[in-house]
Amino acid sequence: MLRKTLLSLSGLIWASAANADWALNMPRGITELSAETYDLHMMVFWWCVAIGIVVFGVMIISLFKHRKSRGAKPATFSHSTSAEVIWTIIPCIILLVMSVPAAETMIRLEDSRDPDISIVVTGYQWKWHYKYQDEGVEFYSSLALPSVKARFKDSGLDPFGVDHYLLDVDRPLVVPKGKKVRLLLTASDVIHSWWVPELAIKKDAIPGIINEAWFKALETGTFRGQCAELCGKDHGYMPIVIEVVEPDAYQAWVDARQNDSARLAQVEN
Amino acid sequence: MTTAVADAHDTHEHHGPEKGIKRWLFTTNHKDIGTMYLVLSLIMFFVGGSMALIIRSELMTPGLQFVHPEFFNQMTTMHALIMVFGAVMPAFVGLANWMIPMMIGAPDMALPRMNNWSFWILPVAFGLLASTLFMPGGAPASGWTMYPPLVLQTGDAFPFLIFSIHLMGLSSIMGAINIIVTILNMRAPDMWLLKMPMFVWTWLITAYLLIAVMPVFAGAVTMLLTDQFFGTSFFLAAGGGDPVMFQHIFWFFGHPEVYIMILPAFGVVSEIIPTFSRKPLFGHDSMVYAASCIAFLSFIVWAHHMFTVGMPLSGQLFFMFATMLIAIPTGVKVFNWIATMWRGAMTFETPMLFSLGFVFLFTIGGFSGVMLAIAPADIQYHDSYFVVAHFHYVLVPGSIFALMAGTYYWLPKWTGHMYNETAGKLHFWMSTIFVNLTFFPMHFLGLAGMPRRIPDYSTQFADFNWMASVGAIGFGLSQLIFVYVLLTSKKGEKATDRVWEAPRGLEWTVPSPAPYHTFDTPPVKRVSEEAFE
Repeated sequence: MLRKTLLSLSGLIWASAANADWALNMPRGITELSAETYDLHMMVFWWCVAIGIVVFGVMIISLFKHRKSRGAKPATFSHSTSAEVIWTIIPCIILLVMSVPAAETMIRLEDSRDPDISIVVTGYQWKWHYKYQDEGVEFYSSLALPSVKARFKDSGLDPFGVDHYLLDVDRPLVVPKGKKVRLLLTASDVIHSWWVPELAIKKDAIPGIINEAWFKALETGTFRGQCAELCGKDHGYMPIVIEVVEPDAYQAWVDARQNDSARLAQVEN
Repeated sequence: MTTAVADAHDTHEHHGPEKGIKRWLFTTNHKDIGTMYLVLSLIMFFVGGSMALIIRSELMTPGLQFVHPEFFNQMTTMHALIMVFGAVMPAFVGLANWMIPMMIGAPDMALPRMNNWSFWILPVAFGLLASTLFMPGGAPASGWTMYPPLVLQTGDAFPFLIFSIHLMGLSSIMGAINIIVTILNMRAPDMWLLKMPMFVWTWLITAYLLIAVMPVFAGAVTMLLTDQFFGTSFFLAAGGGDPVMFQHIFWFFGHPEVYIMILPAFGVVSEIIPTFSRKPLFGHDSMVYAASCIAFLSFIVWAHHMFTVGMPLSGQLFFMFATMLIAIPTGVKVFNWIATMWRGAMTFETPMLFSLGFVFLFTIGGFSGVMLAIAPADIQYHDSYFVVAHFHYVLVPGSIFALMAGTYYWLPKWTGHMYNETAGKLHFWMSTIFVNLTFFPMHFLGLAGMPRRIPDYSTQFADFNWMASVGAIGFGLSQLIFVYVLLTSKKGEKATDRVWEAPRGLEWTVPSPAPYHTFDTPPVKRVSEEAFE
């Protein structure tokens, strides 16, 4: 165990040296709405920075100037209605400015009408099940084997030696670029939550309830996420991987999966 | 009333405390009960803190080194329950017990026997809760939010969890009733409501919040109990129930609960900053109105904890706007503290340092709170380490720093001696450095996509987790300085009655240490005028 700790420590130092670009911020993502969400996040962040500079600035000036050791004599004022009114009204205006774009994005996020593809996502303890409604393709998606081997206590394996440790699955979700994909989320046992930061989607999968979320990916690539709602002992071990491919490649993938299921059905009969 | 007090005096004129264990078991004295609350919460602070250190040790590097995932989940759950119900809430009740009667010129709490009972329920409640660690299936592991259906998978611990929550709720409700009755009925003759010190005011509001929401919480967990054992389906979809309904009920309690933990902290800081700025609190009345506004708003924002459960759009918009409104009264509080310091003559004793740390770091937690209010962005932050960073910023350098500040501020009044100022300052600086090292990197982790409540994580999260763990261990060790200060608190030089140079309030008109009974007769007008003008 000590060895493993040391191994990961040395790995850590190596990783920090080699990988200088630490992920500090929310990803901008690959959909229009993820970019909007990112912009909202940054807008509120910069407002907070601006307010922080003013508030902490005044406070720090006061801490240096108005100290007894510098011979400050205390003033006696204890209220000022005009000051109170000013610092009530200014925050109101700032909040109003923030709330308009936030509400606009919120409205777009909820508009899941007219999808090109609908996928039913079901959370299980502790894996995901995907069912493409019109394509007749369905499969489970679980933590990939290399991570499974390394995840246990005293496994003797170094997580730094595993590609995408805990963020890789055996069968990823495949979707086409540029198509509106609607997810219908539910769960079979306890509440899970389907979260892929690059899509700016986090939606709870709740037993007995069907939730909706949607996205239209604008870039191809592999994107990763995790279950975000505590769902029992292996909550940390049910990642989500989504591959966004060109529409042709998607069609080829669907055909191959359909053949697989047809053959599987034959074998079972 | 007056004659009754006079009669009581004839029979036990200036009697001291009983000797030995009986003093503590049977006491009805607000100072003894306050001390017991504070000692219990300090013990719970270290128990919950040790659990946090188990969590942070496991998360120090990727891979599982020390515990199994099921035990990890038990630790996150127990850490939260113990810190919320065992450390922060009883500590503020302890301060209330000690200080409210002395601040309003009352001889004791209005309901002294109930006061004894509401304290002694707590060790039983936490004994029950702690015993679940040794039960088949282990301690509760569903998070302190106890969402069904997951919580129904708890082992033998389940009914003990529910019962211990009932006991904590009972204790809180009795404590709250006692505080309200004391404040409304036992103030010095010329202390009308808007003349009350801020700590008394914030506790009055907090007590109403407690009475309003603790029964709701008790109802929610009772419904869990009947779902588990008596065949009901309040929260079970298979029987026609709704798992999301639990979340609505829970957060209707849970959101006021976070103000229950922060409003008394506002009160403590509002006492300390004027003392060490040598200037009256700026905008006392608007501070009262702001605290009342926050309390009111706390009832209509609960679903901002639930932006990902699939609410109707109109609901999401309502809860987003309502939540943003909270920034306004909270801002007023911060601005008023800074206006109190402005053109004062400040000195920086330990209570002032902790209060300044509070204003700085609580405000950072407030900023991330405003970010979290923006619903589309919240969907990204929700259940990530960003949220963990946010609520630890408002609870640790928020509530806990205020508790530390209050303890240092009133300690000389309790013990009659000055504490070790050098150790106190060291405690402050170590705590401040390490609390930031622990919780600031968590913002980055959450934004980069790390969910909360996971025992292991992908390697790109390794650096910041390592930092946070180092910070947590440092913060934990720094608290031992606090214990040292408390243990040596009677060794310092004798404290004067006023203790500090320019404190306001009736508690500074009684001797240090405060005698077993104070204000046998209500303070005369002249004294009280001087104290709260």
